[in-house]
Amino acid sequence: MATATIEAPASGPGSVHSSLHRSARSRKARDRLATLVVLLCLLLAMIPLAWILWTVLSRGAGLLGDAHWWTNSQRGITARRVGGGAYHAIVGTLLMALVTAVISVPIALGTAIYLVEYGRGTFARAVTFMVDVLTGIPSIVAALFVYALWVTTFGFQRVAFAVSLALVLLMIPVVVRSTEEMLRLVPRDLREASYALGVPRWKTIVKVVLPTAFSGIVTGIMLGLARVMGETAPLLILGPYTTSINMNIFHGNMAALPTFINQDRNQALQPALDRVWSAALTLIIIVMVLSLAGRAVSRLGSVKK
Amino acid sequence: MAKRIDVSGLDVFYGDFKAVEDVSLTVEPRSVTAFIGPSGCGKSTLLRTLNRMHEVLPGGRVIGKVTLDDEDLYGDDVDPVAVRRIVGMVFQRPNPFPTMSIYDNVAAGLRLNGVKKKALLDDVVERSLKQANLWKEVQDRLRKPGSSLSGGQQQRLCIARAVAVEPAVLLMDEPCSALDPISTLAIEDLVQELKERYTIIIVTHNMQQAARVSDRTAFFTIAGAGKPGRLVEIGDTAEVFSRPTEKATEDYITGRFG
Ligand SMILES: Nc1ncnc2c1ncn2[C@@H]1O[C@H](COP(=O)(O)OP(=O)(O)OP(=O)(O)O)[C@@H](O)[C@H]1O
Ligand SMILES: [Mg+2]
Repeated sequence: MATATIEAPASGPGSVHSSLHRSARSRKARDRLATLVVLLCLLLAMIPLAWILWTVLSRGAGLLGDAHWWTNSQRGITARRVGGGAYHAIVGTLLMALVTAVISVPIALGTAIYLVEYGRGTFARAVTFMVDVLTGIPSIVAALFVYALWVTTFGFQRVAFAVSLALVLLMIPVVVRSTEEMLRLVPRDLREASYALGVPRWKTIVKVVLPTAFSGIVTGIMLGLARVMGETAPLLILGPYTTSINMNIFHGNMAALPTFINQDRNQALQPALDRVWSAALTLIIIVMVLSLAGRAVSRLGSVKK
Repeated sequence: MAKRIDVSGLDVFYGDFKAVEDVSLTVEPRSVTAFIGPSGCGKSTLLRTLNRMHEVLPGGRVIGKVTLDDEDLYGDDVDPVAVRRIVGMVFQRPNPFPTMSIYDNVAAGLRLNGVKKKALLDDVVERSLKQANLWKEVQDRLRKPGSSLSGGQQQRLCIARAVAVEPAVLLMDEPCSALDPISTLAIEDLVQELKERYTIIIVTHNMQQAARVSDRTAFFTIAGAGKPGRLVEIGDTAEVFSRPTEKATEDYITGRFG
């Protein structure tokens, strides 16, 4: 088609005109085709997502309207009986996520700041490589590693804190990567503007670079949290389920939503199955609320427009 | 408070690449000196050595001597951060801090260096914005983000931010190249006012601008790609523009450069 357009002038103004039109028509057609293909891909990607959401919502929404679901545990409730709530598992999931975040966010931020602002040479490359490796380890390997350390070597019990340690291994690389990207997006101009005012480097990082990248960093942390909240392998290996409420991360069994789901998923009895779906929906909702909250926080403190 | 700058035998490197070779010049206090020359001849590079900003770039280093009122900027026990408090800089593209309001932008230099007193900061912000000819336009929206201003206003905001810390020297790297003629004139007027108090060096590609604002002009050139930039001549602006001693300067000024 390109050649047709180039040759056209030789055969007179009329044909220039028509060939211009022809190429415009065919471009429009191709444009429409491409749009269609992209839309189809989008639909294909959306189908399983919508399907999952619909299934979980239709089967799990029933119990969520009941206040007991949010305030009661499963203590004393058998698979045969209706009732009880997910409070014990919600609290467990949130607690473990909180402990994971408290440990991994400072480490991950420090690592990312080191890599972007200071890291040069072999050591920085080694750190980057290690983060890459960490990104790739399966959650069960992280869990077994912590098991070997916590239980086998130190002889401690399987408690929520050990689960958090395994989750830390999974969360750190996610947050390091996203924070690194966000820090690299902060223009060198801003750093130089700050240096030129006689502001030392560390203060430039704390007061200029981090606030500028704040919203992206928060989003990355939320994504990391969302990822670890659904992790099941560390819970299976390090965090035995219980039907009761436990707030002590260093002592006793602690429930979490994934283990709650896992506990009852093989039950043949309807009341237990209903609770499984509701627990799944609860987990989805919590993750969603967290990422929305993250977005809101990031909007508050982000670059002013 | 304005200070005199002496550069002697200065070579500037990016790693192994020598970008500027053997520059010696003197900049008088309370004067405006223009750096002119073709693109790539090392004007920005040289400028950035005068407040030790050059060395924040990977591989950036210098050989030679720069003194500020007889104090060696590259002396062993000199803190580059302290140098930058005395020698301020305005960049080619306006770069207000995007997370800060107009007020906070101007106050940034003092605040980040530990000044907390509200009354003092208020005074400094007002005085600096007035010096930068921006006060009237922004006095009732000091809490708005700095990025909400027009390009010309942003550049004047950056100038206010730079003068707020009361430097002795102000380096300006093509401060008007992103601005319209009216903002450009506003900044040129401003430079005229600021030179009462500061030593100013301005890099520009605009010959008329150099002729209008500067007392002295330094012309740099480069022999070819990969060669270091050199100082060809420096003198009173009127002299350099009307009776350049070097043929290269004359060719460049009259547009016959090539
Ligand atoms: N960060 C850098 N790393 C390596 N070389 C650089 C760097 N910045 C500039 N240079 C080189 O140094 C030389 C001088 O560049 P400089 O930016 O000082 O020129 P200039 O005179 O300011 O040009 P312009 O008028 O286009 O701004 C050029 O050859 C350039 O390629
Ligand atoms: Mg330049």
